[in-house]
Amino acid sequence: MKFIAEINVMPQKEILDPQGKAVKLGLHNLGIDDVSDVRIGKHITMALDADSEADAQQRVETACSKLLANMIMEDYTYTLKEG
Amino acid sequence: MEHVEQLPTVETAKKLGILPEEFEQIKQILGRTPNFTELSIFSVMWSEHCSYKNSIVWLKTLPRDSDRMLAKAGEENAGLVDIGDGLACSFKIESHNHPSALEPYQGAATGVGGINRDIFTMGARPIAQLNSLRFGDPKLAKTKWLVKGVVKGIGDYGNAFGIPTVGGEVFFDECYNTNPLVNAFSAGIVEAGKVAKAISYGVGNPVFIVGSATGKDGIGGASFASEDISEKSTEKLPAVQVGDPFMEKLLLEATLEIIETGYVVGIQDMGAAGIICSTSEMSAKGEHGMIIDLDKVPTRQTNMKGWEILLSESQERMLVVVEKGKEDDIKQIFDKWDLHCAQIGEVVEGGSLHFFQHGELIADVPAHDLVLGGGAPQYRREYREPAYYQEFKKFDLNSVSDVKGEEIGKVAKHLLSHPNIASKKWVYEQYDSTVGTANRTTNRPSDAGVVRIRDVKRPHYQKSIAMTVDCNARYVNADPFIGAQIAVAEAARNLVCTGAEPLAVTNNLNFGNPYVPEVYWQFVNAVQGMGKACLKFNTPVTGGNVSFYNQSSDDGPVFPTPTIGMIGLIEKPENQTSLDFKNEGDLICLVGQSQNDIASSEYLYSYRGVKASPAPAFDLDEEYSLQVAINQLIEKQLVKSVHDVSDGGLFVTLAESALPNGVGFDVATMEGYRKDAFLFGESQSRVVVSVSPDKQAEFQKVLGGELKTVHALLGKVTSGGFVVDGQEVISTAEAKDLYDNSLGRLMS
Amino acid sequence: MKFGVVVFPGSNCDDDTVYTLRVNLGQEVVKLWHKDHDLQGCDFVILPGGFSYGDYLRTGAIARFSPIMNEVIAHANRGGYVMGICNGFQIVAEAGLVPGVLLRNSSQRYICRNIYLNPQSKSTILTGGLDRSAYKIPIAHGDGRYFADEDTLKSLNDNDQVLFRYCDENGLITEAANPNGSLENIAGVTNAGKNVFGMMPHPERASDPALGNADGRFILEQLLAVTA
Repeated sequence: MKFIAEINVMPQKEILDPQGKAVKLGLHNLGIDDVSDVRIGKHITMALDADSEADAQQRVETACSKLLANMIMEDYTYTLKEG
Repeated sequence: MEHVEQLPTVETAKKLGILPEEFEQIKQILGRTPNFTELSIFSVMWSEHCSYKNSIVWLKTLPRDSDRMLAKAGEENAGLVDIGDGLACSFKIESHNHPSALEPYQGAATGVGGINRDIFTMGARPIAQLNSLRFGDPKLAKTKWLVKGVVKGIGDYGNAFGIPTVGGEVFFDECYNTNPLVNAFSAGIVEAGKVAKAISYGVGNPVFIVGSATGKDGIGGASFASEDISEKSTEKLPAVQVGDPFMEKLLLEATLEIIETGYVVGIQDMGAAGIICSTSEMSAKGEHGMIIDLDKVPTRQTNMKGWEILLSESQERMLVVVEKGKEDDIKQIFDKWDLHCAQIGEVVEGGSLHFFQHGELIADVPAHDLVLGGGAPQYRREYREPAYYQEFKKFDLNSVSDVKGEEIGKVAKHLLSHPNIASKKWVYEQYDSTVGTANRTTNRPSDAGVVRIRDVKRPHYQKSIAMTVDCNARYVNADPFIGAQIAVAEAARNLVCTGAEPLAVTNNLNFGNPYVPEVYWQFVNAVQGMGKACLKFNTPVTGGNVSFYNQSSDDGPVFPTPTIGMIGLIEKPENQTSLDFKNEGDLICLVGQSQNDIASSEYLYSYRGVKASPAPAFDLDEEYSLQVAINQLIEKQLVKSVHDVSDGGLFVTLAESALPNGVGFDVATMEGYRKDAFLFGESQSRVVVSVSPDKQAEFQKVLGGELKTVHALLGKVTSGGFVVDGQEVISTAEAKDLYDNSLGRLMS
Repeated sequence: MKFGVVVFPGSNCDDDTVYTLRVNLGQEVVKLWHKDHDLQGCDFVILPGGFSYGDYLRTGAIARFSPIMNEVIAHANRGGYVMGICNGFQIVAEAGLVPGVLLRNSSQRYICRNIYLNPQSKSTILTGGLDRSAYKIPIAHGDGRYFADEDTLKSLNDNDQVLFRYCDENGLITEAANPNGSLENIAGVTNAGKNVFGMMPHPERASDPALGNADGRFILEQLLAVTA
């Protein structure tokens, strides 16, 4: 079976996100003053073959926790669908 | 005081790393039992990191003064050396070993941030950075991860901050497998009359916190202990501190601008132990107190407890005390740079720090008793000579067979491609070395980094600062007393070979657990060796950093690694000397005495696989005389290139001089020496120079005259090929490929 | 001629550029603060290197909306001269003042080293008078891989808008001499009006004999011809 995983990796909320902070400043320069917080992460899509949804899920979990996210400072969420 | 809180016990104190006798001492100081906030304050201020309690008695034995010193060790954020013309150079080295082991990218980045803040809080604009890195076996996946992360972290932070990285060292040994060493050095220039001090005085003067907001960074230890007395924190603690070089760059510009106003009484960077460290150190020095309202501190997280705000190690922050009435002038500058700037309190009479939160006094502590040189404890730890020390001395040269014939080529290739010797290009090309239009070695490779002092107000100013970081930890492990002397000698030699006069030292002492007597023995002997050598070269120690506990349960302690950062002055630009052979036909001479010695050499250690041997041959007086001779040759413009013999021995030195211009050499070994010792031995106090044939007579006259310096003509520079005793050992092209690309191949 | 060097938060080559223009080239030069709306009568505006706004999001993306950029863009549209070096190139590209974009280096690593530049366009003031086939200039960037779509590339070549290509020390434009994977070794481009220049290498870092390389000075001196 073929699956598509859509993964979001975000900096943990207690970790400083300098990039988000600088982008907020940029948005204020543009006149969009009502933005109070910006945090920036990564969006990853991954196509994979697996025997079952459970199998696919397990692989995505491994990919996220071992490689795609640095668990010391990032969290991840994902959705998985057949595709 | 918080009335609902139960007072901590000796058990809580232990969890905070406070010994029972220290707990008693705190009670005596306060005349009562401290509350948890106060106890956690003492725990960080009396930690090794802030108080140097296990090292200071020995550090005090180091030479600390010369007629060029403007600030001695421990007086300011960094050492300060007079370089003439009303200018001073501020410089320091600091470790970020443990954070880098956990998360190499951010650990190294925040290390770079911290050391630069130490420099610019003094009002000095940083002009150059160096770093000294040590990693485990480069073939391990974990080592590669650490190397890539650390190098990228240093690069991303330093490059964005905009200060060139002009040199450094990278060394691999399996003793660093779990515990890499990341030591960052920075140097800056300040007008001698405009130095900002880390001090606080003047009743009623406002106290500001500036820069980043405060989060729960770096408070893991105290947080764990706090569970004794309060409910468990539900919010996760950040395990890693994230550096923001953009913020640091803004902070640099704003800080230099406020210092320029003349309204700053005192300023200190917030590093370890954050607000509590800077409030107590500045107050103790100025013999005043402070009232601080923690509700006014901008925070990144909500509901932070008082002690969390006090202990937080969030990056890119400063504490500034300003003359009363000048608040608006200071605020305007921070507004211009879009930086937080919040008044959090004011200076008061007496020596106590009063911290308020939610209208309550949550801590009341005497500043003097918290700090090094005040009430912080000082210990002499037990030490004992380790068994290996005598074992290493039993090494017998005759147990190793000499190289002959084609084996010379084999050893040459082994060494030129060894990660400890091969070019670190893969590393340093990731660092911006040319920003600042000041790096004078970009187009003239040399033994030390050279940075001109560039100031638009002093166009075409001539003086340059030379700088280097050095330590062969294998030597120090073999013999800490001799090895540390060699580290200082090599640093001075690198500066002298570049045409500079050595001025002063900053040190980064990386050792294992100080409570292990054998480790402490290494520490004590290394400090004594360092002191002896610094005295000889008239290079006082202006400060630095001690990092203990560099060890793991599996691998034991790392090699004792007392990294020496040294600066020197080049007054006349024509004295700057590069290491590359220039012209075919130039004579190649070895200055200094050869030895039948291969002890602790890379050749013996990694080619022969013999790990137990003493430090290489070294004599401090002979080294000093050699440096005097090299200085004379440069002053008289008699040498076209100068390069010292160090890791890998004479052959590697010749190769490194030949490779930049793609030339070769034809040399003969000398009678009376083993070939391996002559070519690959690492006995100290030797320098390879190239001399134009028409200067040969004068060259010999200078060395043979009053100086009586041992020297020998080895051969000459050729158009290509590395020839020893008539045999081509390796072609220039193959040597270049091995030397330039081996480390990159290993890392890919 | 009066030069203006824009200072964005995070610029770090502003002082280098000012020093070079004032001390090495003897020109009048002022700094222009990014929050201002006034070019102070400058004839030539330079956007210097650095990491404006930390290079967060995309290089040059946030700086492009700094207040002073309105005036810089208007100046360029009036035919006024603008030059972006390194991060400045990234900013003028983001602002659409020159065609193309700068992507992450193909090695995925920041690179700082001396490279060689072969001057291309014969019809710009910057390169028209450069007669050597290779100029040694430092680069220092993580995002310098020039990219443009096929049509844009064709028009750049057809209109003589390529300023420099990376080459070896003999002036040969080879794959090996391309440090960052730029399309057709392109190191710098100009707009159709040939009054806005963008280049990744840093001529200001090679303009002082004290540094042992003054090749960059030959390049910057071309700009002085504007007054002629």
